[in-house]
Amino acid sequence: MSILTVNKLTKSFGGLTAVSNVNMEINEGELLGLIGPNGAGKTTLFNLLTGVYVPTSGIINLNTDGKAVTLNGLKPYSICKKGVARTFQNIRLFKDLTVLDNVRIAMHKNIKYGLIPSFFHLPSYKKEEARLIEKSMELLKILNLEDKKDELARNLPYGEQRHLEIARALATDPVLLLLDEPAAGMNPNETAQLTELIGWIREKFKLTILLIEHDMSLVMNICERIYVLDYGMVIANGTPDEIKINQRVIEAYLGEDLNNAGD
Amino acid sequence: MKKLIETNWIRKLISLILTFGIIQLLISLDIINSYLQTTLATICINIILAVSLNLITGFTGQFSLGHAGFMSIGAYTCALITLRVPSVLGFIIGVFAGAIMAAIVGFLVGLPTLRLRGDYLAIATLGMAEIIRIIFLNLDSITNGAAGLQDIPHFTNWPWLFVFTAGTILIISNFIKSSHGRACISIREDEIAADAMGINSTKYKVMAFTIGAFFAGIAGALYASTFNFIDPKIFSFSKSIDILVIVVLGGLGSISGSVIAAILLAIITTYLQSFANVQMIIYSLLLIIIMIFRPQGLMGSKELSLSMFSKIGEGFKPKKRRV
Repeated sequence: MSILTVNKLTKSFGGLTAVSNVNMEINEGELLGLIGPNGAGKTTLFNLLTGVYVPTSGIINLNTDGKAVTLNGLKPYSICKKGVARTFQNIRLFKDLTVLDNVRIAMHKNIKYGLIPSFFHLPSYKKEEARLIEKSMELLKILNLEDKKDELARNLPYGEQRHLEIARALATDPVLLLLDEPAAGMNPNETAQLTELIGWIREKFKLTILLIEHDMSLVMNICERIYVLDYGMVIANGTPDEIKINQRVIEAYLGEDLNNAGD
Repeated sequence: MKKLIETNWIRKLISLILTFGIIQLLISLDIINSYLQTTLATICINIILAVSLNLITGFTGQFSLGHAGFMSIGAYTCALITLRVPSVLGFIIGVFAGAIMAAIVGFLVGLPTLRLRGDYLAIATLGMAEIIRIIFLNLDSITNGAAGLQDIPHFTNWPWLFVFTAGTILIISNFIKSSHGRACISIREDEIAADAMGINSTKYKVMAFTIGAFFAGIAGALYASTFNFIDPKIFSFSKSIDILVIVVLGGLGSISGSVIAAILLAIITTYLQSFANVQMIIYSLLLIIIMIFRPQGLMGSKELSLSMFSKIGEGFKPKKRRV
């Protein structure tokens, strides 16, 4: 069953069409890759899916628990509440807060006490805060950040900041996780670990994952299906093996074959 | 863990009782005479104003230049009520009515203006405070216009000031440590990321603004009752700036910083009163010097705590070697 259906999605900025007529179907539990040359519109597509941009035209439908919800025009926070979480290409942590606070903030949407308990720290506050800490620590343990819970996010090494972004996204309790270049800036060793981690997280949290990535070792290794974007359009979609030999994809990345160019 | 929370709570209670007791003792011994009592009231009112503005500007990151506007609403509401009901009950009703009125206006003003960012928001809030002031200036029949309200009954004394000041500090610092407070802080840190993590940033900005306005209303009510006289001039743009100076000086995002700065500035002003002609020059120079050497404010975003002292103490102990 498909969890996300994107139908003829278009976004133009003035005269520039960043995403044009994109159709996409993500099945429940799938690990999907989204690749394409720089400027192909991958991040714009993410921003459309998460409500940062409002689509010029087209429909985005999220199907959870047998119900279809249209995400068009919803604000980012309500899309997040529907179960779509994301990480950012250029890390956007709450830098001057601790690792633990970063994760706890992402759990706020499910908080079970109101304003009055928060003013007076009533028992309902204490109970809920204890639960938040416990759940946050579980997530931090999974991402090996347990020992750094009191560290400021800005003081973490780059790789761990990326891990924290994933922990924070998981804390929102998503059904669909969008990862924007999770391996950017990582060395091959770290990338291999991350690849394993992403697969493991999917099993553990029963997630559907869509990821943008330039690192082909990661994409080809774990993605079951890949969408290729170029100039805002989907030029191919299929299994990693199909994509590897797809002529249009090779052209998009390497330019056209010189022999054909003359024709 | 539970024990830790309890001892913390007891510590807080003891330090509150001590602060109250010592100052009450000094007042009854007349060491804090009636002149210094006015200074004390100013300090308390400024602490409430600064801590509440810190919630809006320091923690939620929304630059507001309209705090004096909310203060004036509290002041006028309380003054009008106590003038008609000159009793302690009238005073209590006046304070809370003033706070609630200020909170309502804060909410109504916050909804449209908090969509703006940075300098635009500052200008919008500045305009809002001016509008409130002009309204008070022109509502002759109720507010007596430019002449102001006189002979407002005096009810503020140290116990009342203490209750409201300590209450403000406790409630706002509790709020900051709650999930709702963290949602506000996340907006200051990165609004886009906060939104993406399911936090309705507009809602929490308006919430911080409303709570801040509520406590500014309390401060205004206490002001009216302490000085027995208010007119629209008191709540002009420069009053908002005075409050902002305390917040920035103490450190954006530090409640104890706001408290320390409010006390420090009141003491400096009191001592400078004997040099009336150069008072403002020295005051400004001091501010400039402090900002050059502590641009993040006296406390930065840190809070003063007892564990801080024990950390300093640890520095003197011989370090344990790990085996």
